[in-house]
Formats: sequence, structure tokens, C-alpha cells
Amino acid sequence: MSLIYPLDGLSAYPKHLTPEYKSTVKRSPTKPLILAPHTLSELTGPIYGHDAIQEFDNDLTKQGKSEPLGERIIVHGYVLDEDKRPVPDSLVEIWQANACGRYVHIVDQHPAPLDPNFTGAGRTVTDKNGYYKFVTIKPGSYPWGNHYNAWRPNHIHFSVFGHSFLSRLVTQMYFPGDYLFPFDPIFNSVPDPKDRARMISTFDLENTIPDWALCFRFDIVLRGREQTPPDLD
Amino acid sequence: MSELTPSQTVGPFYAYGLTPKGRAHWDPDGTYSWKETIGSNLVTPDVVGDRIRIEGGIYDGDGKPIPDAMLEIWQADGNGRYSNEPGSRRLPNTAFKGHGRSACDKDGVFQFDTVKPGPVPGPDGKTQAPHIVVAIFARGMLRQVYTRIYFDGEAANATDAVLNLVPADRRATLLAKKQGDVWRWDVHMQGDRETVFFEI
Repeated sequence: MSLIYPLDGLSAYPKHLTPEYKSTVKRSPTKPLILAPHTLSELTGPIYGHDAIQEFDNDLTKQGKSEPLGERIIVHGYVLDEDKRPVPDSLVEIWQANACGRYVHIVDQHPAPLDPNFTGAGRTVTDKNGYYKFVTIKPGSYPWGNHYNAWRPNHIHFSVFGHSFLSRLVTQMYFPGDYLFPFDPIFNSVPDPKDRARMISTFDLENTIPDWALCFRFDIVLRGREQTPPDLD
Repeated sequence: MSELTPSQTVGPFYAYGLTPKGRAHWDPDGTYSWKETIGSNLVTPDVVGDRIRIEGGIYDGDGKPIPDAMLEIWQADGNGRYSNEPGSRRLPNTAFKGHGRSACDKDGVFQFDTVKPGPVPGPDGKTQAPHIVVAIFARGMLRQVYTRIYFDGEAANATDAVLNLVPADRRATLLAKKQGDVWRWDVHMQGDRETVFFEI
């Protein structure tokens, strides 16, 4: 199996320099990127098996002495390649604010309470169908310093590994109907509204568990598509 | 038309989730309590290759350190084999993964303990000079930037296909330089010494 990675799909990504998100101004390249071939170094990548994860790593409500406060939710979906084929054995890592909008991080000084029973961190590995599932708490909104009265829409950070080093993706999952979308330069850094929509989870009533937890569905599409051999060697 | 999920910034608060044990000056107690999955020490007891330490700093357009950057590296072992290669070159008899992740400290300093990679196959049947591919994530970066680490003084650098795509006066930004026991390699996001980043 070998994989190709067309560059045109990257039009869905934000530009490195997006001045509305002020921190990009001093942290984005100013010289043109150099177009380089996809060699064996780019077309391979690490695989993390189930030995990388422990019980309850994917259930953020069971990592403390008792349950965290907030709205319990299920977040699940499939990791797919560009042809919508499943990506099995993909390490998925998440981190998020607690229900009050506060992260476990010394730099986060938002005056909202920490929850002693919630770290906000989880990880899992996709199964053979590319499926993953987390149980967590719905994250709260929080203020940030980008501009006057700036608040982030509710979101969960996702870090995902795919077939190769080129499939690597770090993104954020948003919730449907968030009233902060129009004001958030990070969400709006993705130029096309159709592309932006793919970062928004959908409410999943079918998999909502009665008397227990709401469910949200979030599929993740990574770079790379399967192609017929020859093999690389 | 592919329908990729767009990239978003890693933000400033990833430490607990991604680098719980790594250079975590953030945490008053030293490290977060969570088990680390991907760390900055790639060395396994059975790995083939000479042990090396790579150390550097990452700096923004004002030359200030970027303390909330995270670097990930991917490399072959000393024999030039990746842990996850398709086909007959696959090397199953070692635990070496060749993948690492380093957070930065308040001075923007990162560090990897690994082995020097061997030469690997390149375009047109030629061999690439020993190198490490790097992806960099940070608050203020909406998507990762890709670059490469080569090793100063390596004869094969002169004929490396990727290095030769880089204008000669910028190639030095990709070369780690031996300083005592460490290979020093800095990243400048902007400015006269702006690191070469690749579109791949």
C-alpha cells in the first residue's frame, strides 16, 4: 500500500498568517514555504497500539475520586482518510476546559474554579473501523486576551495520528449552534464556511443514552488516500 | 474534492494532555500525574545507532522565546529504517519507534534524546542524507509547520535532494551543529535567520 497526499485539500486549512488571531503575526513564516517531494520520511509515521492507553483514559468522568461537575456527554465518531476509508489504530488525544471554562494549567488564570475530579485530558486508539469514543463533561466558554471581550466558543482539542507524518492533525471540535462562532478568529481562520462546518460536531439523539448523557458525533478526515501499489521499497 | 477536517491551533493549554511529563515548568509540582504516551527520549535498549542529544530554542519574530511550542520528530534508526515501513524494509525486531515529542521550557528550549538516523531512500532511487522530519505546533500557529534537521559536516548533505531545493544561503537553518555533547538546532519563525519550512 502506498498513499498520496494531494495538496489541494489543504485549502480547507487556515493560513499560517491570520492577523485577526493576533498571536499568528509573530509566529508564522514570512518567507515562502519550499515545496518538497513526499519521500519515505514523510510517507511513514508512528503507530501507537492499545498498549499506549489505560483503562478510563477515554472516560474523563472516571479519572478522579468522584464524578466531575458539569453536563456529562459522549463524544464519538470515525477517523477517516481522504477517501473516507477508516483509519484504524489511530491514537486520538483530547484536552479541554472543565464545565466552568478552566484548564488544569498554571498559565490559565481565568478566575473560574478548578474541579478536583477533572483533568480534562483523555486518549484512546481507534478500532479496526476507525471508531473512537470518549465520555467527558461539556467544556465551558472562557475569556482570552486576543481583543476586548474575547471569548472562545465551547470546544474540545483533538490531536490525531493517521497513516503517516503528513496525516498528523491537531484541531478543535466545536458544538452545534454556538453563539460565539461569529466572534471567534480561531474558528473563522478557516476561510470557507463549508470547511468550518466540518469542525462542528452534530447532536446525536440516536446514541444519546436515556437518563444518562447527551451524545455528539465528530468525524475526522485526515490527509492521505490509499493508492494501488507499487510499494515504496 | 477532498473534505479534510481543518487544522486549529494547539493553543497554550495542551500540557496535561500531550506532554504531562515534559519540561513542565508550568506545574508547580514538577510534572502532571498522568502517564506519558509520547516523550522526548526516543532511546530504547535495543535501538541501533549512536546516541545523540538534540537541543535548541524556538523564537518568534521579535526573537522572543516561544515557551508554549511543542515539537514532534520522526526519524529512522541508525540503519536508516523507519519503524513503520511498508514492504520488506520493515524492521520488526526493535522497540525503537523513532517518534518523539518535546514541550518547551520558559526559555523556549526543547530537547530530544535519540540516535543519529542512517541514510534513507529518497526520490529517484537516490539516498537521502541522514535527517529528522519535524512538525511544530504552538499557540499562534493555526496549523503545524514542517521542517527538517540535518547534521552539519555530513558529506551526503551535498547531494541530498530535499536540501538542494533550499537556496544555498538558507540551508544552514536546517543544520544541527555539534556543540560539545549536544547537537544544537534552533528554530526562528521569522527574521534574517528564518528557518526553512516546507510545503509538503
